[in-house]
Amino acid sequence: MAVRVQESDFDVGAELERLTAGNKRIGGLAVFVGLVREMHVREGYHRDRVDALTLEHYPGMTERALEEIEAEARRRWPLEATLIVHRHGRLEAGDRIVLVAVGSPHREAAFEACEFLVDWLKTKAPFWKLEETPKGEKWVGAHAEDDQAAARWNKK
Amino acid sequence: MKVRYFAWMKRTVGVAEEEVTPPADVTTVGELVVWLRQKSGGHAEALAEGAAFGAAVDKRTATFDAELAGAHEVAFFPPFTGG
Repeated sequence: MAVRVQESDFDVGAELERLTAGNKRIGGLAVFVGLVREMHVREGYHRDRVDALTLEHYPGMTERALEEIEAEARRRWPLEATLIVHRHGRLEAGDRIVLVAVGSPHREAAFEACEFLVDWLKTKAPFWKLEETPKGEKWVGAHAEDDQAAARWNKK
Repeated sequence: MKVRYFAWMKRTVGVAEEEVTPPADVTTVGELVVWLRQKSGGHAEALAEGAAFGAAVDKRTATFDAELAGAHEVAFFPPFTGG
């Protein structure tokens, strides 16, 4: 039941320890950790390498959006514990960007809710990635795959 | 009211935020967009018709037909790319 947006890194083990401490109803904990991937993007005749990126966000709106997404997950699945930690600022390839952890009495709910949270935060929380490449800076465009992944959770 | 811009829109407009006082006949987010376009070339480019951007009123996602009445802060931004 927590949402944090921070510049500093997080310790996955310590976060999970804190999240589950004292709650013996949790039977399964599903965890997603997003990392900055070193990417090679082909553009025309040139090859770009992404060495780092800067994540901009909208303070105030970001926390509210993440809390709403978290509340929606709790309406849909019986969850005992949820945690979203999202970093902002400059991150290098290999760095952790996001942590989503979901604890439930049963694994199905934990797996599904974790996937739902990741899909929705990508399309509903106000973050923007600026990539650094040897040729300069470039704002990342939205991906249709992400929209499709988020849309499959829409209620029919 | 305060208007804020994010990501590439901030660079295109040239400022991260500004105080504006639109005329009384500007009552929706969409009407504000049309009014802001005439402020500068950067505004016109960032808020161009057909450009892919969204809006928020007082830090909640808003559609272009959303009412501005009582709004303190309106934000414009490109599609989100977090996670």
